[in-house]
Amino acid sequence: MDFIQMFSYPFMQRALIAGVLVSLCAALLGVSLVLKRYSMIGDGLSHVSFGALAIAVALDFTPLYFSIPVVILAAFFLLRMANHPRWNSDAAIAVMSASALAIGIIVISRTTGMTTDVDNYMFGSVLAMTKEDVTLSVILCAAVLVLFILFYHKLFAVTFDESFSRATGLNVDWYNTLLAILTALTIVLGMRMMGAMLISSLVIFPALTAMRLFKSFRGVVICSAVTSVSCFCAGLTASFVLSTPVGASVVVANLALFLLSCVAAALRHR
Amino acid sequence: MERPELLACRDVSLGYEGQSVLTHLDLSIREGDYLCIVGDNGSGKSTLLRGLLGLLPPQSGEIWRSAELKRGNLGYLPQQTRAQRDFPATVYEVVLSGCLNKKGMHFFYSPAQKSEALMNMGKLGVLELKDQCYRDLSGGQQQRVLLARALCAAHKLLILDEPITGLDPAAAQDLYKILSYLNKKEGMAIVMVTHDLKAALQSAQRVLHIGRRGVFLGSAGEYLASPMGKRFREEG
Repeated sequence: MDFIQMFSYPFMQRALIAGVLVSLCAALLGVSLVLKRYSMIGDGLSHVSFGALAIAVALDFTPLYFSIPVVILAAFFLLRMANHPRWNSDAAIAVMSASALAIGIIVISRTTGMTTDVDNYMFGSVLAMTKEDVTLSVILCAAVLVLFILFYHKLFAVTFDESFSRATGLNVDWYNTLLAILTALTIVLGMRMMGAMLISSLVIFPALTAMRLFKSFRGVVICSAVTSVSCFCAGLTASFVLSTPVGASVVVANLALFLLSCVAAALRHR
Repeated sequence: MERPELLACRDVSLGYEGQSVLTHLDLSIREGDYLCIVGDNGSGKSTLLRGLLGLLPPQSGEIWRSAELKRGNLGYLPQQTRAQRDFPATVYEVVLSGCLNKKGMHFFYSPAQKSEALMNMGKLGVLELKDQCYRDLSGGQQQRVLLARALCAAHKLLILDEPITGLDPAAAQDLYKILSYLNKKEGMAIVMVTHDLKAALQSAQRVLHIGRRGVFLGSAGEYLASPMGKRFREEG
């Protein structure tokens, strides 16, 4: 049986565990990010984490320990920009993405000079997860899940109506920061398998798919989580069977499901 | 005996980044008040509202709040944002989120909060829409839902920001009726920023006009007799 053989490889087991957890977190956070119009922040963060990863490898740091704080800082900064009335936040995010990417590429070309490294960081590799990474992923994803469930109602309120929440005494900035930190963690963890170019789709696609199908926030959150995890498993299997890159396969699985959900929504509205 | 004060501005100046939009304003809001804030575009109505809500600290002077207001016990009906129009949430989920300010350190809703949300939905006639999606409702229904949410948050004071924007005349009338009911029967103090002067004068006890050349505060009758009111009446 192919499946049993597939998961007899330790690297596939690691990819499966870490990938499922990261897609679950990404999907949960994605609902809030998409609804708050913060999708671009996810994209910006993935580029920053590319730059951070390149620098970490060049300086011989453990990649995750270096990129996690850098990306969290970037998340703070992007959030500030997004909420600033005078700044053109999407332009700022675009500039930051391109700069981080450029710095990362220069650092790689000056140090290892390996185009395969660039390729792996950009588009992901199923071999990227070490045992240590998986342990860290499990711990961090558990933290994301627990925080998300505990603050679910407050995150809903802040997502739905920031000014009402602020006026009735919720600490909106704190919840926005929490959201940014959790997103940053998820993106750093998922980036090396999914690739810097593709990780943001893990945040955005499941939420979009679920929003086409469900009417309640809770329904959307649950559907988004289920969609994300099943698309990841489908993409991972496809990548193993067809020897395609794992990140791209997962994105295509997400795209297919999104298009199906659009068709379903259109049929229902007729 | 005077009704207890809920909110008071004492010689308050408000503005952004060193520029004052409003200066030296004195205003007191007591239990059971019905105050309409009118004025030209850009005269500082929204700025004042943000000050009253505690979202914008005054540049000088003091905005005093009663103890319960300090705990976030006030209802607010903001203008709708673009994001809300396609937001996937049921009416029940939206209304329930108004109870958050009473949760304290709890993470989940208590049965008492759930029944309060249901009661307020009943009061505003949106109970049968409970499981409907917020984005599928009409503008008037959406405002009722948001008002029900505001009632979950507050027992004494409601602050409304241009509540009839985008509503058809029937839905607007409907909303004014609800507000009058809440004000008269439930003793809810109401502060409303509005463009709709005619309706405002019908229901409000007091009018605050913010103009570029000064501020008028008085009863609806006094307002009509004042130079500012006259100008507004002639234009309208």
